[in-house]
Amino acid sequence: MTKLKRKDNRKADVIRPISIQVGVIPNANGSAMVSIGRTTAIAAVYGPRELHPRRLQIANKGVLRTIYSMLPFSVDERIRPGPSRRSSEICKVTRQALEPALYLEEFPKATIDVYINILQADAGTRTAGINAASAALADAGIPMRDLVGSMAAGKIGDDIVLDLEGKEEEETDCDLPVAYMPNSKKITLLQFDGDMPPADVKKVVKLAIKGCEIMYEKQKEALRDKWVGAQKK
Amino acid sequence: MGRSAEKVIPMTVQHSYITKLLATGKRADGRTVDQFRTVTITPGVAAKAEGTARVWLGKTDVVAGVKMSIGMPFSDKPNDGVLIVGAECSPIASENFESGPPDENSIELARVVDRGIRESKAIDTEKLCITPGEKVWMVNLDLHIFNHDGNLIDACSLAAMAALQTAKLPKYDPKTETLDTMTHTDPLPVKRVPLAVSVAKIGKDLIVDPTADEEAVMDGRLTMTTTEDGNICAMQKGTAPFMFEEIEQAFDITKKKGDELRKALAAALK
Repeated sequence: MTKLKRKDNRKADVIRPISIQVGVIPNANGSAMVSIGRTTAIAAVYGPRELHPRRLQIANKGVLRTIYSMLPFSVDERIRPGPSRRSSEICKVTRQALEPALYLEEFPKATIDVYINILQADAGTRTAGINAASAALADAGIPMRDLVGSMAAGKIGDDIVLDLEGKEEEETDCDLPVAYMPNSKKITLLQFDGDMPPADVKKVVKLAIKGCEIMYEKQKEALRDKWVGAQKK
Repeated sequence: MGRSAEKVIPMTVQHSYITKLLATGKRADGRTVDQFRTVTITPGVAAKAEGTARVWLGKTDVVAGVKMSIGMPFSDKPNDGVLIVGAECSPIASENFESGPPDENSIELARVVDRGIRESKAIDTEKLCITPGEKVWMVNLDLHIFNHDGNLIDACSLAAMAALQTAKLPKYDPKTETLDTMTHTDPLPVKRVPLAVSVAKIGKDLIVDPTADEEAVMDGRLTMTTTEDGNICAMQKGTAPFMFEEIEQAFDITKKKGDELRKALAAALK
């Protein structure tokens, strides 16, 4: 086996530099900005608020809406603003990654809206978006079962690696994003593109879960920085 | 889609019926947890297409069609033909489907089927190159639903592979740069047979091939696309969470059921 050499000399199980800041959008009920290397996601939460039009309301629970969008200048080649097939799918899996963390049954007929903008994209935008959304929901003071940490893992040559960056993602054909609630050990996002035997897929999932746990701790730190710090002042 | 109290109450009743039945190892239609409904695969249902197949899983009825055209390759893959997958859940198939541009469910459906075929390199796209960097074959694979009774991903994935395996390229005349869609020559080069199998989680049970009723009450869905050599080439989790152990179980279920479907497909295409 050849020795693993990553573009930025990272070890296989190391995430790019992470920064999380909550409360970045004053108008929103809660917000967060998450940077992982050169990938940056900003999320804002509005609600719970009444859902309009009313025919969309659900009688016995609230609705979570997640809108993921990449800014046109966030990638090498400008992308057309507005929804695409890719972004529609990401909206859906992001919503499903976050829903289990919320007590939607406590908010009948209401909506919680989460808007995620990708400011710069260097792979791992959906996972960055989920981390930002999770921290933003907590920042909004919305009751949660747990925070949701999210991270992708993949494979370069024979090595299983955490947090592929843009160039690495282009060169490999294995990408496996996961979202995870550590307290209940629930996996809330799981996708995979690649071609591998199940035993390898298992290992990649395990490593991605480790990454989720790290992102979870980083979210907690950022929330503590804002809220515990504010209390002391 | 909104849900009024009139809809919520029957759903709650349905949920308790299905879960109580499952606790005794049974399903409403008498199947076991790991049993598919009757699978019917009929290739060649539309003469004008390069390849088609209609697939029934019980009352779920879908059709996949392949049309070939000539187009530009992607700049990063100048020697590869292009696969484009679309899906439409039209109002013909269910009272819950609406007309209009594809919603997120149809987009996810198309993208999950696409991912399995693309990642497994089931289509030998290099053989679909006509002039490198300029002209390649475009494989347009369209999925349509006629009747929705659950498990659309598996049904569409099966129909897609049946359509692709039976597709033949129309005759291309390089001098006039025209396609003769009346004359078909070589078969579309298909190397592997990736098939999606979805596992639905209801309470503690993992079941395969859920009906629409079962889907309405399921806690989660996990789709895995396997190939004949035992590899996994795509996964997609839908709705509620899964535990790691459940994912491990799903590896075995999807491989076993995938192999069964591959056998059924091979028999249907004989």
